[in-house]
Amino acid sequence: MALFQAQGIQKRFGARVVLENISLSIEAGTVHGIMGPNGAGKTTCFHVLTGHHAPDAGHIHFDGRNITGLKPHIIARLGVSRSFQLMNLFDDAVVIENVMLALPAFRAIGSSPFRATFGDARLTKAALAVLDQVGLADRAWNKAKDLSYGERRALEIAVALAAAPRILFLDEPTAGLGAKGTQALAQLIRQLRRHYTICLIEHDMRFLFELADRISVIHWGQVIAEGTPAALKANKWVARSALGAVA
Amino acid sequence: MITLSDIPARGGTPFTLPMALFVAILATAPFWLQWVGLYQYLGVEIAIWILFAMGFNLLFGYTGLHSFGHGAYLGIGAYGFGLFQHGVAVSLWGGLLAAILAATVAGAIVGAFLSHRRGIYYALLTIGFGQVFWFTAMKLHWLTGGEDGLLNIPRPDLVIGPWRVNLNDNAAFYWFVAGITAVAVVLMWRVVNAPVGRILQAIRQNETRARFVGYDVWRWKWLAFTVSAAFAGLAGGLFAMAQQSAYPDVMSLHQSGVIVMMVLVGGGLVSFWGPVLGVILYFIARDVLGGLTEAWLLWYGLIFVVMVMVRPEGLAGLIHTMARRAPPAVAPAAKPETV
Repeated sequence: MALFQAQGIQKRFGARVVLENISLSIEAGTVHGIMGPNGAGKTTCFHVLTGHHAPDAGHIHFDGRNITGLKPHIIARLGVSRSFQLMNLFDDAVVIENVMLALPAFRAIGSSPFRATFGDARLTKAALAVLDQVGLADRAWNKAKDLSYGERRALEIAVALAAAPRILFLDEPTAGLGAKGTQALAQLIRQLRRHYTICLIEHDMRFLFELADRISVIHWGQVIAEGTPAALKANKWVARSALGAVA
Repeated sequence: MITLSDIPARGGTPFTLPMALFVAILATAPFWLQWVGLYQYLGVEIAIWILFAMGFNLLFGYTGLHSFGHGAYLGIGAYGFGLFQHGVAVSLWGGLLAAILAATVAGAIVGAFLSHRRGIYYALLTIGFGQVFWFTAMKLHWLTGGEDGLLNIPRPDLVIGPWRVNLNDNAAFYWFVAGITAVAVVLMWRVVNAPVGRILQAIRQNETRARFVGYDVWRWKWLAFTVSAAFAGLAGGLFAMAQQSAYPDVMSLHQSGVIVMMVLVGGGLVSFWGPVLGVILYFIARDVLGGLTEAWLLWYGLIFVVMVMVRPEGLAGLIHTMARRAPPAVAPAAKPETV
């Protein structure tokens, strides 16, 4: 059975059906891409998969466990981690604190009121190691809001990584990055894929086709095509929706 | 604008310079209060309100949850203490425990309703619940004595081993209140500098992110409200001892507004010590301005307005900004974008 599986997911907001029928199956150790035009429901799909919204119909299984409708913090603790398209950081806190708050070891001592926050060298080291993975170690003691746009994108990923996830959902990680930034990010994801299962939404088709093992194309709240990048290039639906043009 | 998170979390011992200064001022106040033209009882009031304000700031400043009905828990503590003395037994610790317990239970129940909300809805609900408690205190005559409140609440003696201290003496009572306030403040310092404090601040900054890194935001918000209500209850119990009465005015909307003003003017959004400055400033304004004009609250209100417009970080923010070292003359060389 796949590590992460969603079946027949439906989500309505009032009368508006945003997700009609989404089924995804993500194998452990793969990079699964999600693409589709604006407003296709990609981000809503992420919101449902990670617990931000409960689906109106359908089931989500993670590692054999039914996680449909569970609260986000519970899903997060199971090892499902995510980044956000619109950056979602603890802006007033320093970079290392953003990461530290996400460490499971920090969460574990969170309820004991008589410990010093930065007193535990083990935690500081763990947080620095995560920052090092995304190349932010030398910015550790800067405030999150003082980082450049690209650095903040990297920090988004670092926070998601800090949670020691088993699967990583990345929502448009290249959004707003220049060509150089995108290249660096692709390099990072190539490194990460050795350790994590990754599911990413992406607009940059070249980026996605290069990295993903499988891709699901979402349109009108449905998966209209699914397959390997090579298979999708040949798919007439994808070609017709002009999504394949850049590939 | 700077925030609480600008001040790094401190490890280790709470006995820092500001703490030493705070304890020193608390401990020596009876010796110089009269000398500077003030009076003993003012010290009692200030110490009680510091306790209330610091507890309130755990919620207001640290967690960023804006309660405008916190006077209710001060009042519940006061009634809890009074009712215990009248109805159960004349006991100092029993009464204070009852005060804390009553406010904690009230806070826990109200917190359960509040914690799903944020922003303006949260604030409105706190006002709503505050009014419910105030109205109950006014109308539940048989229990609370209605508008007159509970009168003749005794100040039981403090018994430590073979010693018995009569707290009806204002000086002795001051030491007692100051001691409790000092212990509570050390405790709060420890809490806000521990991971708990950082988690609460993380929730203030970004609830959604906190949820997605695995924190049960509802539970933490509920906890912050309940704990701050508990401190308010303790302050209320001491307040009932100080006034030897408990009355609905304590839990009025006015009182709830005053505590917000104190915390904001003092700089509770910026510093752990903000509320202390705010409380001291308020009482000095009341007594000094109040000695000059009956309309002192008007002037204090104007100070508040100017403060919020010019220095929203409050007194503590002002001090913090002045103390902050100038930025380094040479900016670090620009680095290429790293991802």
